[in-house]
Amino acid sequence: MADYDITDTVDITDVVCPLTFVKAKVAIEELEDGQILSIRMNDGEPVQNVPRSFKEEGHQILKLINNNDGTYDLIVKKVEE
Amino acid sequence: MAVDYASLKKGGFMRQKQKGMFSLRLQVVGGNLTAENIKKIYEVAEKYGKGYVHLTSRQSVEIPFIRFEDIEEVKEELAKGGCKPGVCGPRVRTVTACQGNTLCPSGNIDSYKIAQELDQRYYARELPHKFKFGVTGCQNNCLKAEENDLGIKGALDVHWEEEKCIFCGVCEKACRENAITIDGNTLTFDANRCTYCGRCEKSCPTGAWEGENAYIVSFGGLFGNTINKGASFLPLIKDEEQLYRVTDAAIQFFDEKGKSGERFKFTIDRVGEDKFKKEMEEAYHG
Repeated sequence: MADYDITDTVDITDVVCPLTFVKAKVAIEELEDGQILSIRMNDGEPVQNVPRSFKEEGHQILKLINNNDGTYDLIVKKVEE
Repeated sequence: MAVDYASLKKGGFMRQKQKGMFSLRLQVVGGNLTAENIKKIYEVAEKYGKGYVHLTSRQSVEIPFIRFEDIEEVKEELAKGGCKPGVCGPRVRTVTACQGNTLCPSGNIDSYKIAQELDQRYYARELPHKFKFGVTGCQNNCLKAEENDLGIKGALDVHWEEEKCIFCGVCEKACRENAITIDGNTLTFDANRCTYCGRCEKSCPTGAWEGENAYIVSFGGLFGNTINKGASFLPLIKDEEQLYRVTDAAIQFFDEKGKSGERFKFTIDRVGEDKFKKEMEEAYHG
């Protein structure tokens, strides 16, 4: 994670679809253009779908990190429209 | 007056239990109706029916409780709103479709466009038995392709461009078939596991996965008295011209070899699966 200058982190492991993306979206909206958000999510559906949702919203995905504990950290750079 | 039920059925009028009453089925393609269509359907249902419509299991609309003597007037009235009666009986039925890639983020093909083309080519064509087409945009299979006599499923024929890859790991998790393995800056793609769902391409943040639209066709699906999953045995179909060569050949096979009252699946079984496959392969190769 040292490769990225993370501005904020959000944990969405406590919610289920569709709140996973909603909670993550609210968090990235707090950031400025170019700032980086780290999102902790569960294996399974969140890790299959949340990265793609961020891509479709126009943000830039930098890395998906396996924490080897059933969770992943998605590193996303905010891209303003 | 003697009632010609066969010709009424051909014209989409389904005889009801109630004497002299018909449920009028409309021609709908891919489940889309315009606001103008709906307005006219509303008017006809209020004036000639019982003020309601039935949505059929295959994306059509029926207006129940149309009186026999009103049939011609109802047809004229519906035509003013761009609506046509549908068909029943031994013919090519309503072509069903999902919303496809023009709206749906998961779609791999323009399902509606394909459905319109199939409708124009084959709708209402007389055959030995009913014949159903269904078009679904991707592996999520919202439109249940394999329950149709001929099902079309959108696919993405994917390949990976190493120079664009940042090895972020997103595709490895997006793939549900474990076809992608990333180890540091090495990516391994097991093409044998790929189901052409396109999730790698859709999730890739850098465009390292690219894909071309393609079609998977299934034959002989049934979901009535007998249930059978349509069989897909052809390789990926790469363009529309090739797709319609195959659908033409399938329809022709059924038209020539089917017995009256025999569904496509049973014609394939009786004539022989090998013979059928050979004909479809010939159409595939052109």
